[in-house]
Amino acid sequence: MIRGKTARIILLIIFVALIATPVVLKRLSQRRAAAIAKTDPSTSLSRYGFYLQEVSQASHINFKHQAPTLDHRLDHIMPQVASMGAAVSVVDFNRDGWSDLYVTNSGEGSKNALFKNNQDGSFTDVAAELGIADLNQPGSGVSMGSVWGDYDNDGYEDLFVYKWGRPELFHNDAGQKFSPVSDKVGLPAWVNANAAVWFDYDRDGRLDLFLGGYYSEDVDLWHLRDTKMMPESFEYAKNGGRKYLFRNLGDGSFEEVSQKIGIDTRRWALAATVADLRGTGNQDLFIANDYGISELYFNDGKQFREVGKDTGVGFSPKSGMNASVGDILNQGRYSIYVSNISEEGVLIQGNNLWVPREGSTGDAIKYDNLARAMDVEIGGWSFGAQFGDLNNDGMLDLYLVNGYVSADRNLNYWYDFSKIAGGNSTIISDAAHWPAMDGRSLSGYQQKKVWLNDGAGKFVDVAQAVGASDVFDGRAVALVDLWNRGVLDVVVANQRGPLLIYKNNVAAENRWIDFELEGGSSNRSAIGAEVRLFWDGRQQVQQVSGGSGFCSQNQRRLHFGLGKTTQIERAEIRWPSGKIDKIEKPTVGQVLRIKESA
Amino acid sequence: MSESTIQPVNTPALDVPVRSKLRFDNRYIAPLFITFILLVGHFSYGILESYERTALAIVAALITELVLGRIFYGKWLNLASAYISGISVGILLRSPAFWPFALCSVLSVMSKYVLRVKGRHLWNPSNFGICVLLFLAPETVASLSVQWGNFKWPLLVIWILGSIIIYRAKRFHISATYVVSFFAFAFLRSWITGDPVQAEIAPITGPMYQLFVFFMVTDPKTTVKSKKWQCIVVFFVAFVEMLLRLNQVVHAPLYALFLVGPTAMLIEIWLESRRKAVRAVAAT
Repeated sequence: MIRGKTARIILLIIFVALIATPVVLKRLSQRRAAAIAKTDPSTSLSRYGFYLQEVSQASHINFKHQAPTLDHRLDHIMPQVASMGAAVSVVDFNRDGWSDLYVTNSGEGSKNALFKNNQDGSFTDVAAELGIADLNQPGSGVSMGSVWGDYDNDGYEDLFVYKWGRPELFHNDAGQKFSPVSDKVGLPAWVNANAAVWFDYDRDGRLDLFLGGYYSEDVDLWHLRDTKMMPESFEYAKNGGRKYLFRNLGDGSFEEVSQKIGIDTRRWALAATVADLRGTGNQDLFIANDYGISELYFNDGKQFREVGKDTGVGFSPKSGMNASVGDILNQGRYSIYVSNISEEGVLIQGNNLWVPREGSTGDAIKYDNLARAMDVEIGGWSFGAQFGDLNNDGMLDLYLVNGYVSADRNLNYWYDFSKIAGGNSTIISDAAHWPAMDGRSLSGYQQKKVWLNDGAGKFVDVAQAVGASDVFDGRAVALVDLWNRGVLDVVVANQRGPLLIYKNNVAAENRWIDFELEGGSSNRSAIGAEVRLFWDGRQQVQQVSGGSGFCSQNQRRLHFGLGKTTQIERAEIRWPSGKIDKIEKPTVGQVLRIKESA
Repeated sequence: MSESTIQPVNTPALDVPVRSKLRFDNRYIAPLFITFILLVGHFSYGILESYERTALAIVAALITELVLGRIFYGKWLNLASAYISGISVGILLRSPAFWPFALCSVLSVMSKYVLRVKGRHLWNPSNFGICVLLFLAPETVASLSVQWGNFKWPLLVIWILGSIIIYRAKRFHISATYVVSFFAFAFLRSWITGDPVQAEIAPITGPMYQLFVFFMVTDPKTTVKSKKWQCIVVFFVAFVEMLLRLNQVVHAPLYALFLVGPTAMLIEIWLESRRKAVRAVAAT
């Protein structure tokens, strides 16, 4: 027993040292961040293998998103309610081999845009002449996002636009114009949706469509019955919109089957994506929910079952706003990235990176959140994120956009937000109880994250160094090779802000190969097809996706960075039909166009 | 409701009647109640981000108490108060990282041994630890603000049960004074700011306040002794909280207790020592 003065002095020293620990840790972290400061392009190229140049003006893209103006009873909190709708999806709508961009707008009467790639670095908005611009007329709601899929297997990608309002499906008439077919196919009259994804859930060779409601579908945000339309809880809300799964009947119509096949939830869906997580050949469905837990539905071919808790991804309620998948460890398995909210000193949810646990497979697959361990956890008020190999080094990197409401830089709404968010459901669910924003920002002007995968289990944020320096309120991000150069460029849709085109410049010594797939007996878009590439003792799997991230869709083409290798061992293609094609020693530096046999 | 008692474990004498042995020790009411809140919250709504973090906070508090108790008192101390500190940290602190839970618990318990004046410690342990972390590591931690089902029945059960238990512990007047003061100041804030009164009342309907009202402001070791002054002090806690809220301080109640509690304790200690000095002078 020590009772003396010495013991007390020792205790005091330890106490002070422990109190100083957070400060020391913060300093170390700041020092590390400072080491990756803004730098010139040549330094970025040599240090990180790439740099980004924002070229929207040079590309003749001058698009600024407009937010909607909802029921006047929401005026006091309008910036945070009308805070979504900036979205971008990539398509080659006219099959000319060059990627085009479809961008949504959300102001009443505003126009969506289809930027046709002129193949010379410039783009032309052809949405109006093709009939897919004027989708935001009062009374029909406003656009929230879009996904492309060839639902009738005619070789041309069709367009589905989801809205806070009437969902719209357009048939692509050979790239010459678009015909509205919503009424014909039997879509609901009104859905307040922020998530949709094309996939062939029953593998019948026809694309089906998942649509996730956010606000309840009986809410017309322009003509509210009352102001009790907010979530009943910040983290346990189940009063959101219903979910839809439209089964493609093959005759140009769809049957809504969600409840019949086991998808029956009213959580507030903000993002959805699908992937064959268990290697069954069936596409499993992941839903990132705002105000609650994420949901994971295993697809048994004809029936879905929710396994979020069993697998570990549906345990801790957060504010899910993104769902994207990627083989980040080059182990032939998909990890899932979900974005949430982190605001210093107020709310530290942290983003989730769900990595499949070693040794767990099939129905027994378990996921661990390794976001902190891999340094992709804190991204501010995070929205869309996409995996892609930005520097062609053979590892998937992660691009994240963020920022909620950028208004007055000096005034902050967080105090009031946190005050109401902890309240009882009778308080929080009524918009009339929410304090007025009065021009204040809420997690505004945030720096984006470009997390470079070091291949050793860590990501490093190099956003400022490589030129991703905007601070707009980012919503959707899509990765696409806009100039057919074998690199991934980045397109960012910002709420109340401009559409940004980041042209990527990658170190020449890093090699690549792309795969452009076309289904034969599978759906013609080849959505759900997987390419497993083997090179240098490594492997990486990627899939053709019918929608991922937040309100976005990447290019259909699959892009693999290879590092400095000049030889690929083989590529294995598994089609949704179950057929497998193997290609031995494909040549690097090319786009391989492969059609599945019928 | 004690979180901060440092008491050696009483070794029961051989001749203690059996009836006395079976009597429930009041010291365990608080740990049991807070465990109940945790279990109800978790199994109803999954409030714990992970079992591991809460367990880490509890274990860190228990080990710190055992070690420091052994060093400074030569005995294995009763662990009820350390358990409450640990579990409070586990519930009230939110962080995706592990280290803040361990550090906060250790600091909380250590504060009882380090920050002492005339044999009394000044801060409610978990209030101290959590405030230090919130102030020094805001990029990593936040306090519990939303992680609870915002529905009525668990709210009512916890408030009613908590009130009964705290009444038994003869601390109900403190909680009641605070709650009444909070509501009064909520109306005042609403009048000043123009915000809906529901927004001002909203925080007290959340889980953080349940723990704050039942466990923090009532801590016997870090509250003044007289019943009247306990009420006055907790009124001032609510008052300072209002001032902080008017300045948009997110963690206002925690910081208010952090500021007012020790100030009241120091004043009481000073007054006591002055009274003793006067008595000593009078005796001579």
